[in-house]
Amino acid sequence: MAENIRIEVKDVNFYYGKKSALQNVSMDIKKNKITAIIGPSGCGKSTLIRLFNRMNELIPNTRLEGRINLDGKNIYSSKIDVVEVRRRIGMVFQKPNPFPKSIFENVAYGLRVNGIKERKYIAAKVEKSLKNAAIWEEVKDRLSDNALGLSGGQQQRLCIARALAVEPEVLLMDEPCSALDPTSTRKIEELILDLKKKYTIVIVTHNMQQAARIADYTAFFMLGDLIEYDVTDKIFTRPSKKVTEDYITGRFG
Amino acid sequence: MRKIVSQRIGFSFLFLLLLITLLFLGTIIYFIAAKGVGAISWQFLTQSPKNAMTSGGVAPAIVGTFYLVLGAIVFSFPLGLASAIYLCEYSPKSYIINIIRISINNLAGVPSVVFGLFGLAVFVKFFGFGVSILSGALTLGIMVLPQIISASQEALLAVPQSYREASFALGATPWKTIKKAVIPPALPGILTGVILSVGRVAGETAPIIFTAATLYKRGYPNSIFSEVMALPYHIYGLMTEGTHPVQQKEIAYGCAFVLLILVLSVSFLAIVIRQRQRRKNG
Ligand SMILES: Nc1ncnc2c1ncn2[C@@H]1O[C@H](COP(=O)(O)OP(=O)(O)OP(=O)(O)O)[C@@H](O)[C@H]1O
Ligand SMILES: [Mg+2]
Repeated sequence: MAENIRIEVKDVNFYYGKKSALQNVSMDIKKNKITAIIGPSGCGKSTLIRLFNRMNELIPNTRLEGRINLDGKNIYSSKIDVVEVRRRIGMVFQKPNPFPKSIFENVAYGLRVNGIKERKYIAAKVEKSLKNAAIWEEVKDRLSDNALGLSGGQQQRLCIARALAVEPEVLLMDEPCSALDPTSTRKIEELILDLKKKYTIVIVTHNMQQAARIADYTAFFMLGDLIEYDVTDKIFTRPSKKVTEDYITGRFG
Repeated sequence: MRKIVSQRIGFSFLFLLLLITLLFLGTIIYFIAAKGVGAISWQFLTQSPKNAMTSGGVAPAIVGTFYLVLGAIVFSFPLGLASAIYLCEYSPKSYIINIIRISINNLAGVPSVVFGLFGLAVFVKFFGFGVSILSGALTLGIMVLPQIISASQEALLAVPQSYREASFALGATPWKTIKKAVIPPALPGILTGVILSVGRVAGETAPIIFTAATLYKRGYPNSIFSEVMALPYHIYGLMTEGTHPVQQKEIAYGCAFVLLILVLSVSFLAIVIRQRQRRKNG
């Protein structure tokens, strides 16, 4: 295995019941890089990244074929501790899903369930995570308010802060900016670029400019097939497939 | 236009049915209150029966009902919640689990006198607990177990899957996820179920006739192996036995009134708890 590969996807097929959502997908996600996943709605982007932290197995009647390795080890092997895998791989879900708890407790949740008790440390970590997610200024005076009272965009950033607080090695982000204004989006993009020094990031996005701006690699999916995967520059300037070009230039999808 | 008219008629009809329901409810409450309130006094609530139950109070029955309810809930709440958690959160969605679920729901429909006979055979006789608070509380507890399990299951199933996903994704174990992400939002529903069971336990007569209740007892029970007086059974006794039907009837209505007030205040408490929790959960 090459040193610089964090996640290896090998011959993956995935089914919801009888319906196939991914076919024969193989790709390597590089360490300390940002990988963007693009493609039309329903092409399997969420399905793919939810396989990386074993979220799909919570859905009944799903089936996976093939392997997914994290640092060379198959995360679906029976010897692997799934809790440990999920601790190392953070996720920002497509739909913001804050807990019905206070803003503070939402961000502290991951620390608490991982056994951290020290109040000062938790408070500092919560503040830093909220700052990184560009929401601190808006919520600093109402940390004990219920998170469900936040706007959609605020909830989205809160969920980013919540994922950051536990310092995962890999961060999976499913359209993290879909409900954000340009300023917040720019801040989150800056954050992502900054995080890549320490972490590996996979981001699903419908925003072509965003993929072009921040991603090192881009993968284009259609109907569950990986059509093209390459360095971002190449995908956006000289794609090797006609469909890719049609998609990124907005001719369909 | 036609649509609006038929809608109006539909709604008026539903409203009428609601009124009828409320009327029945109101009549019951009014009837019990009117007949029972005369018997209520400080003495009635704090003293033991006197003169072959033609005067004095019903305090031992109130206390007995309290013990039975407490015992039944202490027994059935943890057991019911644990079962519901297992059925909803841990167990594989298999055929057998489905059968268990259906069986539990069916148990809820078993007549309470059957539970009474079961309690007599198992707790009173087989385990040798005798006619006692313990036997009665266990019998009542088993009777409401299905109700507590169903209410808890419903509450757990109503928790959005996205809370579980968020918790797992942060590296929480299944147990921590249940404890910190699933139970808190389900708690109002669970507690509502429990409190409604309290009402049922307090009012049932059949399960305690053979297992716990006695018509007259001097003083208060001193251990869980004592037999007790209980409000519903006391009412039953006053109306069917004894030699002074007129005085006894008045006391019986007094008991009914006390029981009604107890059950209503417990239900009211359920509503308050649920509202408060709901506000907390947004
Ligand atoms: N829980 C599920 N049960 C059944 N089918 C599902 C489920 N989730 C997704 N699918 C199906 O799998 C396919 C891929 O869905 P997925 O959510 O991965 O798409 P996506 O690329 O993330 O789309 P979008 O951009 O709209 O979020 C779709 O056809 C979808 O209908
Ligand atoms: Mg998606």
